[in-house]
Amino acid sequence: MSALKVYVPRDAAALAVDAEKVAEAVMAEARIRDIEVDLVRNGSRGMLWLEPLVEVEKDGIRHAFGPVGPRDVEALFDADWGEHPLALGPTEEIDWFKRQTRLTFARVGVIDPLSLDAYEAHGGLEGLRRALGMTGPEMIEEMKESGLRGRGGAGFPTGIKWDTVQKAQADQKYIVANADEGDSGTFADRMLMEGDPFSLIEGMAIAGICVGATRGYIYLRSEYPEAIHVMREAIRIARARGVLGTSVLGSRHAFDMEVRVGAGAYVCGEETSLLNSLEGKRGVVRAKPPLPAIEGFLGKPTVVNNIISLGTVPVIFEKGAAHYRDFGLGRSRGTIPIQIAGNVKFGGLFETAFGMSLGALVDEIGGGTASGRPVKAVQVGGPLGAYFPRDLFDTPFGYEEFDGQGGLIGHAGVVVFDDSADMLSMARFAMEFCAVESCGKCTPCRIGAVRGVETVDRIARGDAAAIPLLTDLCDTMKDGSLCALGGFTPYPVMSALTHFPDDFHANTREAAE
Amino acid sequence: MPPPPAPAEIETRLHAILTEHAGLEGPVLPILHAVQAEWGHVPQETLPLIAEALNISRAELHGVVSFYHDFRDAPAGRHMLKICRAEACQARGGKRIEDAARAKLGVDWHGTTADGGVTLEPVYCLGLCATGPAAMLDGRVVARLDETRLEALLSEAGA
Ligand SMILES: Cc1cc2nc3c(=O)[nH]c(=O)nc-3n(C[C@H](O)[C@H](O)[C@H](O)COP(=O)(O)O)c2cc1C
Ligand code: SF4
Ligand code: FES
Repeated sequence: MSALKVYVPRDAAALAVDAEKVAEAVMAEARIRDIEVDLVRNGSRGMLWLEPLVEVEKDGIRHAFGPVGPRDVEALFDADWGEHPLALGPTEEIDWFKRQTRLTFARVGVIDPLSLDAYEAHGGLEGLRRALGMTGPEMIEEMKESGLRGRGGAGFPTGIKWDTVQKAQADQKYIVANADEGDSGTFADRMLMEGDPFSLIEGMAIAGICVGATRGYIYLRSEYPEAIHVMREAIRIARARGVLGTSVLGSRHAFDMEVRVGAGAYVCGEETSLLNSLEGKRGVVRAKPPLPAIEGFLGKPTVVNNIISLGTVPVIFEKGAAHYRDFGLGRSRGTIPIQIAGNVKFGGLFETAFGMSLGALVDEIGGGTASGRPVKAVQVGGPLGAYFPRDLFDTPFGYEEFDGQGGLIGHAGVVVFDDSADMLSMARFAMEFCAVESCGKCTPCRIGAVRGVETVDRIARGDAAAIPLLTDLCDTMKDGSLCALGGFTPYPVMSALTHFPDDFHANTREAAE
Repeated sequence: MPPPPAPAEIETRLHAILTEHAGLEGPVLPILHAVQAEWGHVPQETLPLIAEALNISRAELHGVVSFYHDFRDAPAGRHMLKICRAEACQARGGKRIEDAARAKLGVDWHGTTADGGVTLEPVYCLGLCATGPAAMLDGRVVARLDETRLEALLSEAGA
């Protein structure tokens, strides 16, 4: 009899809910029963409410069980991994999974992240091979045609950025992958690095060959130890197999890379602060110009891209720019891995073409709140993103569409709050976070955020006169900040005030009576 | 707490760390991480030697160390508990877990318990935002925290 193939994820979201113990239990139980098990530690399928989600392959089809605790394993073996209360049927038939369009995340959760053979068997390296047969300008055209825009938050067209670096003259250029992913409610970068690290490596290699850069760095936040470990292993394997090194896949191009670990500063996700940090300096934001594309790491032309931007490059080259571009809405082309988080029943990573409405994401896909109470607000785009009330739930997921509603999609995190949330507290938190994480370079951010906390506290104590002060302060921060930390903190604050005025007036009204 | 390492011992080990990192582009953060991994903090005594090796001023190096939340200038407790304070965890009842942990440990953020057992630090997102509240104990992530799981986590840390 052939071995029973069992998948237990090694994604941090699974490990954090005892996946390691589940894996041990599976092996222990198999030993007792004298069953030969082929255990694969895959990434996560993204249905995080079901983690640890264990899969067992039967007749070539993977069946899901979850959430599996270590104590469930014995009974699952008893049931021969068939009928059992935790059985979910074939994984890819689960509605939540089936409704997605997985391009960037096609392999995540499917393969062993550290098997280069599995990677290749699932289309990996095809994009790089195709790119090696193209000229630099042809590759730029491909990128521009795909319509890919930066997934780190600013939404800048990736092809145009690469074009600038390609045209810059220098003895050394760099590719820097931004894996600082500090936004609350986001984990797509982490899941891609832990679940399909070779796609990032391949994307960076294509970028390097395109612009003429031979060295790459992944700036990876220290809060992600599992991603650091997997990424380093994958780089080692890619180097040993000739994907990286002096001759990429036997070509005349050299490209190599390494992981650099951050040190717990949110602002280091901002690209110029990141470059300072990478150089070993304080992570203060640099004034632009010069653009990093002209003077980046160590003063050399540098592509700085988000993990999802770079991780999407291989599929664009594999399937062609048109295939990617044909998904989407308006100027938001392709797919976007949306992270549904917070107080939501079915949270996880949902990759879909741009255009789905916020309401569909929260109510239909997310299934409403985990607490069962009504949804009050949804913060989209991390700590610098606006709070959306139910009234704005018909907003389609797209860069311009969210901008038009006074918000931003940022790194596509969607955080759901139920009606027990106090929006005044959330506004206070936004200011507090800005004060803690400010790089200190500009006064409106450094001092303004501290004043912001004090002003919200005055409102909380019933001082209605402090409300216009808060509005003025937000205007000052918006206009006088060098980067989006100080400049966008007004988004969550003002959206909380505008859409949920009752939370700000409750005490002031009482005081007036 | 273990006795502070002798200066000579620091110097030998530090020399090895500096050698390991020679030739890197932008070696400061990797060196500081290695130093902190070795001694649990960045000992004051190491700064002049690092600064000299990298040919930067001590003031500049001090500025770097103090900028980043991760680097400590004094030893932490035997265990490091980081609890996520960010929005998605708050939406899932994180505040209750924060308060329970502070009460149980009898310390506020950045504090270390009287017996030197546990240091409590806030963290702003661990990327576990769909399964929060989340925490990290000595580099190991834990999610879906409720009072019971927090209790188990704290007793694992000896508190
Ligand atoms: C305060 C702040 C934090 C940021 N954090 C991140 C981050 O964690 N990851 C990221 O990719 N971009 C982040 N950005 C955006 C980067 O500055 C930059 O636009 C991005 O890395 C460019 O890559 P992309 O074009 O592929 O999105 C941040 C920006 C600001 C102002
Ligand atoms: S807005 Fe804040 S974080 Fe951004 S550069 Fe100014 S002080 Fe630094
Ligand atoms: S907000 Fe707590 S893990 Fe992301």
